[in-house]
Amino acid sequence: MLHPTPTLKETPSQTAGPYVHIGMTPNFCEITGVCDVDLGLTMLADDTAGERITLTGRVIDGAGSPVGDAVIEIWQAQSDGTFAGPRTREQGHGFTGWGRQPTQPDGTYRFDTVKPGPVDGPNGRKQAPHVSLWIVARGINIGLQTRLYFADEAEANATDFVLNKIMDPRRRETLIARKDEGGRYVMDIVLQGEGETVFFDI
Amino acid sequence: MSGIILPGADGQLFQRDRAWHPAADTPGYKSTTFRAPRHSLLALGPTRSEMSGPTFGHETFGPLDNDLIRNYSQDGTDAIGQRMVVYGQVLDENARPVTNTLVEYWQANAGGRYRHKKEGYLAALDPNFGGFGRSLTDKNGFYSFRTVKPGAYPWPNGGNDWRPAHIHFSVFGHAFAQRLITQMYFEGDPMIWQCPIVATIPDKAAIDQLTARLDRHNTVPMDALTYRFDIVLRGRRSTMFENKLEGN
Ligand SMILES: [Fe+3]
Repeated sequence: MLHPTPTLKETPSQTAGPYVHIGMTPNFCEITGVCDVDLGLTMLADDTAGERITLTGRVIDGAGSPVGDAVIEIWQAQSDGTFAGPRTREQGHGFTGWGRQPTQPDGTYRFDTVKPGPVDGPNGRKQAPHVSLWIVARGINIGLQTRLYFADEAEANATDFVLNKIMDPRRRETLIARKDEGGRYVMDIVLQGEGETVFFDI
Repeated sequence: MSGIILPGADGQLFQRDRAWHPAADTPGYKSTTFRAPRHSLLALGPTRSEMSGPTFGHETFGPLDNDLIRNYSQDGTDAIGQRMVVYGQVLDENARPVTNTLVEYWQANAGGRYRHKKEGYLAALDPNFGGFGRSLTDKNGFYSFRTVKPGAYPWPNGGNDWRPAHIHFSVFGHAFAQRLITQMYFEGDPMIWQCPIVATIPDKAAIDQLTARLDRHNTVPMDALTYRFDIVLRGRRSTMFENKLEGN
């Protein structure tokens, strides 16, 4: 078997720093007039197929304090389990599959999206519906990658190969979003300590 | 969206060399103290979910998006500072250009001051400088923008720490697993070697990779100095299949 090695080294990561919102959500931090809207603010269009859902939660650090200066990006499949691409955009289907939101001063984030369908996984098996997350902030030297799964997909979650890589069932729970009274899916992201979210080396 | 997956496995990127990147917990950079996960990362080969990623079209961009000297100008005049062009090529680890990918950048003004309500540095704001811009790489993977050289600035870390002049970069690539944020420094700057954030990177050669080179040949006469900063994203193992990942 061939084991090719890369010819160049990946550019090393550096923290996004305390002013990441200038570069990634400029209108949110009052740098207006450069671009009309912040990229990733809206994932949906009127004709987007699928069940409309809201994902929310808080980002919390190892001292239990809210992380109010983070940016979260999500990437997910459409409701049919395929990913949006340039062709879907050309055809006028508005769903981008990609969202970007700042956390608020109290650490909360929120995405309005559609529930993703099951995605093809390794060995020809479907992965449970999930959303991929990437979190950057001051004090995070390299972006943290994790996933959000849905509590009401227990059957699919039970056979999901990523969830099954997490041996400790309590840690597996850190990736499961639960519905609150308002019907929103809630998943906190705990950077460190008690209830620490499972992060991946992808 | 690359539309490219590998036979057999559901897409394979070269594994990230985590020793080349900063560790999560770096005591010299104090903000990591409560923000670094204690558990080790769970190894997960990229699946279709991470081998695909968002795409951006030219319709997203305005003509001044890559001109920080003018894109926040309130009265039609230029931002204050040493005029500068920054350009470079986005490549993957196989030295192939990464085309049509979004590069975003943000920076302090010439005095080292950010336009941000949490910024407390004494240096003056420039009313005509916002500090944000973006580009889409061309068919050879090149981006470029015009700006002023950012100033160094002090920050509350160890009492008297100073950041070297730098520009923050965010790059997408074609797969969500290629996503990268980093900072660009300037060749020859003695401030690089005293910076606790630079020092989170263990290898000197990796720090050197973040240092833009003065490109004297591409100086714009009587206008701007030019710096070149190439960026390398994770690459795929060889032997690929073309395959449509998107719907419809
Ligand atoms: Fe900075």
